[in-house]
Amino acid sequence: MTSVAEPEVGKARTRKEDARLITGRTRWTDNLVLAGMQHISMVRSPYASARITGAHVEAARAMPGVSAVYTGADLDAEQSGLPCGWPINADDTPPRHVFAVDTVRFAGEIVAVVVARTAVAARDAADAVEIDYEPLTPVLDLESALSEGSPLVHAEMGSNKWAFFPFDAAAAGSGGDATVAIAAAEADPDQIVVKRRFRQQRLIPAFMEPRSVVVDPTSEQLTVWSSTQVPHILKTMMSVTLGLSESKLRVIAPDVGGGFGGKLQVTPEEVLSVLVSRRLGRPVKWTETRSESLVSAHHGRDQIQDITIAAKRDGTITALRAELIADMGAYFGLFTPAVPVFGCFIFPAIYKIPAYLFTCTDVMTNKTPTDAYRGAGRPEATFAIERIVDELAVELGREPLELREQNWIKNTEFPYTNAGGLTYDSGNYEAATEKAKEIFDYDGLRAEQRRRREAKDPVQLGIGISTFTEMCGLAPSRLLGALGAGAGGWEHASVRMLATGKVEVVTGSSPHGQGHETAWSQIAADQLGVPFEDIEVLHGDTQSSPKGLDTYGSRSLPVGGIALVKACEKVVAKAKRVAAHLLEASEDDVEFDAGRFSFAAPTPGCRSRKSRSPPSCRTISRRVWNRRWTPMPPSIRRTSLFHMAPISVPPRSTPKPAGSAFASTFVWTTWAKWSIR
Amino acid sequence: MRITVTVDGTSYTDDVEPRTLLVHYLREQVGKTGTVIGCDTSNCGACTVHLNGQSVKSCSVLAVQADAADITTIEGLAKDGQLHPVQQAFHTHHALQCGYCTPGMIMQSIDLLTENPDPSEEAVRHGLEGNLCRCTGYQNIVRAVQDAAGKVRAAQTPAEQPAGSQS
Repeated sequence: MTSVAEPEVGKARTRKEDARLITGRTRWTDNLVLAGMQHISMVRSPYASARITGAHVEAARAMPGVSAVYTGADLDAEQSGLPCGWPINADDTPPRHVFAVDTVRFAGEIVAVVVARTAVAARDAADAVEIDYEPLTPVLDLESALSEGSPLVHAEMGSNKWAFFPFDAAAAGSGGDATVAIAAAEADPDQIVVKRRFRQQRLIPAFMEPRSVVVDPTSEQLTVWSSTQVPHILKTMMSVTLGLSESKLRVIAPDVGGGFGGKLQVTPEEVLSVLVSRRLGRPVKWTETRSESLVSAHHGRDQIQDITIAAKRDGTITALRAELIADMGAYFGLFTPAVPVFGCFIFPAIYKIPAYLFTCTDVMTNKTPTDAYRGAGRPEATFAIERIVDELAVELGREPLELREQNWIKNTEFPYTNAGGLTYDSGNYEAATEKAKEIFDYDGLRAEQRRRREAKDPVQLGIGISTFTEMCGLAPSRLLGALGAGAGGWEHASVRMLATGKVEVVTGSSPHGQGHETAWSQIAADQLGVPFEDIEVLHGDTQSSPKGLDTYGSRSLPVGGIALVKACEKVVAKAKRVAAHLLEASEDDVEFDAGRFSFAAPTPGCRSRKSRSPPSCRTISRRVWNRRWTPMPPSIRRTSLFHMAPISVPPRSTPKPAGSAFASTFVWTTWAKWSIR
Repeated sequence: MRITVTVDGTSYTDDVEPRTLLVHYLREQVGKTGTVIGCDTSNCGACTVHLNGQSVKSCSVLAVQADAADITTIEGLAKDGQLHPVQQAFHTHHALQCGYCTPGMIMQSIDLLTENPDPSEEAVRHGLEGNLCRCTGYQNIVRAVQDAAGKVRAAQTPAEQPAGSQS
């Protein structure tokens, strides 16, 4: 009697994943040892910009245990460009080789690879490789990179400016012309214009588990284990890059020790490991050192933000202009050009901003490529809008929370389409603010702050306020289409009822610490009426989970979780046919509730032999397996893809999607991050 | 060089290079892959094990320095399927997400509780300052360690508990 009375979703379950993680029974990629496996060590450029004029690898080749040394020139015929999945508003991206052939463009770029019997021997031999460089003047500063006469990161581009992305609310129909409004405000004594420059620092995602790749080429199907957030994307991209049939490639992301966007990538090291293993016909492993990780795994952020806000003297905001210069680094990763543009749609945040202009200039520099990192473009926007509102409060001599309240979207005004064209379905900033003020005793803190100021207390009190609105849970949407996203944003789930009544759930989303096994079990338990413990969640292996778009941007549960619900609904629909048979009833009269099928409204006098013991999904699964009674196929297995329809994708040459077309990208609006010090 | 060490109760005699780090010896020669490498530089503490009952960062100890030593790793904590109270507390209090720092966190926490069976929140934070976690924000780790401290004390000194004590 195992039907689920209390819903699983919402229950504070301890995690299924923990059992192996707290006892050390883990499956990190670097743990893997295969027969005959060779170890790879990379030789990396110490120069940010240089020409390679010579390579001396003989000494390294002669060292004990070394099976091969390759330079970029050796593998140039086999290496092809690494993919950029989201070039925004241009078609040709600057080429990125897997490793440098004659030019290096950032310190940390791979120039040679050493293969040896042990990791230590490979490292020793890598130290013996000598590369001759002719150092060039590197492009490091974002603004001077755009000036006439600057050295060029990619000479064939003719400029360091990659792209210019504008979003003009007036053209998109989501607001007024900010240029006009700001000029009018400057000329109007009843208005104020505040301009500030904010510098978003470059940072390093710094996942705890260093990246690691193992490749086994010793069967018909090439198997790649990688510490990645995106095994499915990696499989597709590698098959395209290497000219391999997808059916000949299996990618496995075993236990993955954090990502934070840093493992949302198709890396040179992954492709290179495949190239080397194919050459040698033997399994290979590459595991990075932390020092390597810091220079070669992609970085995050790095923008100059010029923000202009105009407001009436009474505090009402009249216009916002955000002009970004964003550092792409030396090459494009999977999403590099898209990251700063993400901020475009949520710069207006929780505020009613009548006129809005956003521009982003993407600039190439001789630095490690940037790409997705926690929030990717959106926290940068949040920082800037919240800082400029604070600056406006200072200029107007206003209390910063009151100024926010004056300008935010009122509870009665939802649904509301912001100046960036995103429609927020609901929100109640008034109630959330009241709650936050109560929790923090805001008025008390302000009083204490005043007291210390007046008393000239050596320990002063600062109160910081920030709101944030985040667009996340990337699902299929017109926004993704309009921005030229290379992936559809859908997610996949599959449910298999096993002979014993246990359940296998397969998800295309690939965790690296999020706890999918627990959350997906809770969802399936509720949907199927099966105990939480009887559900196994499979993920991160393209063999067991052939379809998926993986884990990033808070999309796993909002998209993958709904795919699972849909798949469960299909299972229930099929099981209902069997239940009807067992109950000797019409399908229309059978009802499913809390894991049991029963007569919806038993007809008086009906003599169903099973009516006193309503069957569950488990019973039905066992019955179907036994298959003594019906010509129905002996399995209950259903798959579902979660997508949103209809999807209209404007051509890529029109990067200015209009108004509420964005609604199907989930928007979370959450109020209040407060910091007090 | 030849070393003899006991790891999680089993004795091993192996030849190692003088430069071999203890963590590489444990992972690659003994096969104790529960102990992991996060930074190679003793910053992150993910590789923490017990050497003769005291916590060490095994990336900063040479294998030869461990000769004749008794080593306990994360894999040697649970006895007869029974989790160590600190392991149990990490599970109960959601003190992990990706779990990569967890072996080091647990080993260091046990060491901390040996030195200070009843640590304040500040003492826990100070005691774990050499271990980095990227996912949790530490809050639940601190809770787990304090809860485990109570359980360990209760298990060790039942006779000293005053009658009617709730702890």
